[in-house]
Amino acid sequence: MNRQILLTSLLLLTLFGGLGLVLPEWVIFLMALALAKGLVVLSVVLLMRAGLVSFGQGLFYAAAAYAVGFAINRWGIGEATVLLAIGVMASIALAALIGVVIARYREIFFGMLSLAFSMAFYGVLVKAYDVTGGSDGMGIAPPTIFGLVIPPERLRLTVYYLVLICVAIMLYLIYRYIQSPLGTLIRAIRDNEVRVAYLGGSVHRAIYLTYVLAAGLGGLGGVLVAINVGHVDPELAYWTTSGEFVFVALLGGTGSVFAPLVGAIAYELVKSYAFKFSPYTWQMTLGILMLGIIFLLPGGLWSLGQRLRRRQV
Amino acid sequence: MFTLPLIILADGLVFASWLFLISLGLTLIYGVLRILNIAHGSLYALGAYTGAALIIAYFDGDKWWPPGSFVVLLGAALLVGLVAGPLIERGVLRRMYGRDPAVQLIVTYALFLILEDGIKLGFGVDPYYAYKPFGLLGKVQLAGVSYPYYYLLLLIVAILAGGLLWVLINRTRFGRLVVAVIHDPEISTALGINLPVIYVVTFTLGATLAALGGAFTAPMIAVVPGIAVEVIVLAFAVVVIGGLGSPEGAALGALIVGLVRAAAVHLIPELELFTIYLVMTVVLLIRPQGLFPQVEVRRI
Repeated sequence: MNRQILLTSLLLLTLFGGLGLVLPEWVIFLMALALAKGLVVLSVVLLMRAGLVSFGQGLFYAAAAYAVGFAINRWGIGEATVLLAIGVMASIALAALIGVVIARYREIFFGMLSLAFSMAFYGVLVKAYDVTGGSDGMGIAPPTIFGLVIPPERLRLTVYYLVLICVAIMLYLIYRYIQSPLGTLIRAIRDNEVRVAYLGGSVHRAIYLTYVLAAGLGGLGGVLVAINVGHVDPELAYWTTSGEFVFVALLGGTGSVFAPLVGAIAYELVKSYAFKFSPYTWQMTLGILMLGIIFLLPGGLWSLGQRLRRRQV
Repeated sequence: MFTLPLIILADGLVFASWLFLISLGLTLIYGVLRILNIAHGSLYALGAYTGAALIIAYFDGDKWWPPGSFVVLLGAALLVGLVAGPLIERGVLRRMYGRDPAVQLIVTYALFLILEDGIKLGFGVDPYYAYKPFGLLGKVQLAGVSYPYYYLLLLIVAILAGGLLWVLINRTRFGRLVVAVIHDPEISTALGINLPVIYVVTFTLGATLAALGGAFTAPMIAVVPGIAVEVIVLAFAVVVIGGLGSPEGAALGALIVGLVRAAAVHLIPELELFTIYLVMTVVLLIRPQGLFPQVEVRRI
């Protein structure tokens, strides 16, 4: 790995770790939420690298969160690391099935099929009251973390650090994936799928694997959000949630593995401040922000940093 | 013995005409501009709010001839479409042609968010009840269930909207230009077709259709914030089933979704929402282009 990137990552990790000690509790909660959602956004960006816009990433996000809900409420599993494994496995298993068919789809058809799957899942979640709690959803009791029972006043911070660890590990893995032959092939597929096939690359396999990987990542985000918020509801699978992920992906930009996290943090902050200062127009604020970004900064917030750097050089 | 199928058929037809009205404009805009317009739902909501507000004003004091309220609804739709349509297309979408489809989609999502709050600012958050036109036409007994004649009106409006659009596209000079643009925007421009005009007129037409759906829905419901969110995803299902960009497809998609939903409501109410998206999934799996695919010219 490039030394500069390694140093930057360590610096960032220390910075975010340190922030946990100084920031007030509600900001910690927001940061944990933003970083966890940032993982889902990163999964959307992974698919975008293949030229695929998923309009149903909420499916894996919700499936993993509900798997955690069931694990806690029905099977009495209360350990965060086990819950993480369960949620991620659930979304990966789901994606392994759906991926078989969806990997053949491109462009708007991919988007619409992913939307259809997530909305069908939403339909089940809302109507199966007995199992899922209907539109009220389910409460999630705070789990133990690494076997430790966390006292309530420490819970926010501990969950934040759990999220931070997961994010650090995932960023490294995704960085490796992007550098790998598979990750390179995906870029090539977006540029010219036919040519990749002629050169002997398996387009279907590459997209299938990336789809499953993205689902696992989205599922991880879902588990972390569920643990952080302490509640799951069908809204997690609704089209607006999936739309939000694509929205944040473009807000942050697709130029780096860090960009989705920058986008997610900016999004949560703007959202909560806009909600605080003008509760009736927070959506409008976000919409105008997005239009501004698309018109003035087509590469997303991340490209702002690159522009500044270029100016210095 | 035949009552249940009859009720399902009637309910399905009513729901189908409503679905057709909300999705016709969406599929038209996609067909010509190649943009899947999420803000379509907001235009529907805008139509519903404007229609409801005008209806309430119209019946205030009972000075006017009651059936005139249907003309008021039509007027509300035209007002919304003719104002919002050109504004959105010229103001925002015009700059988006040729950009990444993901960006186009998110721009319409941003517009959706802006309009969502814009509507709250303009009309407030209290519900609007504009039920008067709904009861105006009386009721009919069908298989032991009473159906207001307003539903028949809805069906007629849907058929008229679809029919007029068909005539416009297949029997007029403007329609031929639109078809040329659908097939190849570049060659059309080279042949002297004024592309921006085609785009703005088509978008305005689509916006008016969305507002029309909203205006004629207003008397049937309490118009509250948030009605746009559910509508847009239903309209997506309808146009995807029928084939993106195809008005005939939207009609067939609306019929299928309408009947399936009516059947689910009466037979397995728990699966009402699920069945709609199940049909959407199955159609995408079997015929990804939908049941009436738009003609795709092969370009290599």
